[in-house]
Amino acid sequence: MNRRTRLWLVAVGGAGLAALLVAACLELPDFGGDRHPYGDRAVHESLARHTANTIASVNFDQRALDTLGEISILFAAVVGCVVLLRQTRDEHRARPRPADVARPVRRYALAVLPVALLTGLYVIAHGQLSPGGGFQGGVAAATALHLLYLGADYRTLERIRPVGLYEVGDALAVSAYLVTGLACLIGAGSFLANTLLPYGTFNTLSSGGTVPLLNAAVGMEVACAVVVLLARFLDQAVEIVEENGT
Amino acid sequence: MIVVALLLVAACATTAVLVRDPVHQALVLAVLGTVLAVLFTVLQAPDVALSQLAVGSALTPLLMLLAVRKVKRPRRHKGDER
Amino acid sequence: MMDVFPYLVAAWIFLAGCYGLATSRNLIHAVGCLSVCQSATYVLLLAVGYRDDATAPVFSDIEPGSRPVVDPVVQALTLTDVVVGATVTALLLALVVQIAKRHGTVDPDELSELRG
Repeated sequence: MNRRTRLWLVAVGGAGLAALLVAACLELPDFGGDRHPYGDRAVHESLARHTANTIASVNFDQRALDTLGEISILFAAVVGCVVLLRQTRDEHRARPRPADVARPVRRYALAVLPVALLTGLYVIAHGQLSPGGGFQGGVAAATALHLLYLGADYRTLERIRPVGLYEVGDALAVSAYLVTGLACLIGAGSFLANTLLPYGTFNTLSSGGTVPLLNAAVGMEVACAVVVLLARFLDQAVEIVEENGT
Repeated sequence: MIVVALLLVAACATTAVLVRDPVHQALVLAVLGTVLAVLFTVLQAPDVALSQLAVGSALTPLLMLLAVRKVKRPRRHKGDER
Repeated sequence: MMDVFPYLVAAWIFLAGCYGLATSRNLIHAVGCLSVCQSATYVLLLAVGYRDDATAPVFSDIEPGSRPVVDPVVQALTLTDVVVGATVTALLLALVVQIAKRHGTVDPDELSELRG
């Protein structure tokens, strides 16, 4: 099939899809309308369980099983990356030369690093109260750690960041999620049911039953996953060199 | 306000598709991530905006740039490694 | 017009991403187009959940029941998908890197010639 016919095929298919999409859009409920039956029920349930952030409640309580599915996808993707980006036999490691980074950049990166790291951890910890949670905080904390690549050099980053440890941490976090679910199964009668722990006072750190626990597990998992991913890609881009390529 | 954000997102997405060089595309994607985060904030979704900001404007472009760097290197012989 | 405009924008972004995928000459560029397609789904989901004059569904600083809030369910869906989507993008990029190592090219057209 040559390029021309393929483009025609894309154009025909795309036009058909566009027509269907527009027809579907016209039938959707009006933007900004007042009828949200699922949303209203979710808000009601979340308040009944003393979780101030409704979104955290939906993620880690009402749809906790679905989140388990999501983090398994995440875990599988990370495992896939680690397998695909491992060092193969015809490659060797080149020691990267320490790069010169401008002093202001270096100072700035080192100053921002702890702030960003703390912000990430704070966002994880307050997941059930204010906007935030394991998913966002994990990414923020992990990305913050890689400011070291700018601030110091690659060698320092490697010393501070033993990748193996983070891989173990990733697996531990997934199992922690599972164990919480199983504890609910034993203690409350159904998997991941949020009836085991007391709901606590509304709008405090320990409110919401199992929500903070699951939130912390997801935060750890996401943070470790992102660190491992970035480490693998940096490895490939900076260190590993093909023998015949150079 | 919402209309402006929506138009910005549409424009950025179109640019991201039309830019053919992956390095430039990664930068446009970073802009797209930021604009999306603004749109989500306007749509009253601060949680989503936060994660979109972290992922869309930092993580994805960074991974793309690293992949580009790795893919390009075998072609130029004895390239200067940093 | 305003009733359907956000949905049409989502459809436009999705179609633009598809066009980029089909005409891409570089696999890394294709992965980028795929993430554009993904962002279309976020826009669509959040547009469905929006409610006029409502605030975010977080009750740490507002009195429950005092103001209407937007739909939290679609936000939760979008939120998980943003992060999980990023790791899937990483997996695809890892595949691209591996392809580049094996075949020395990332152009899909050249790759299909190699296979034959």
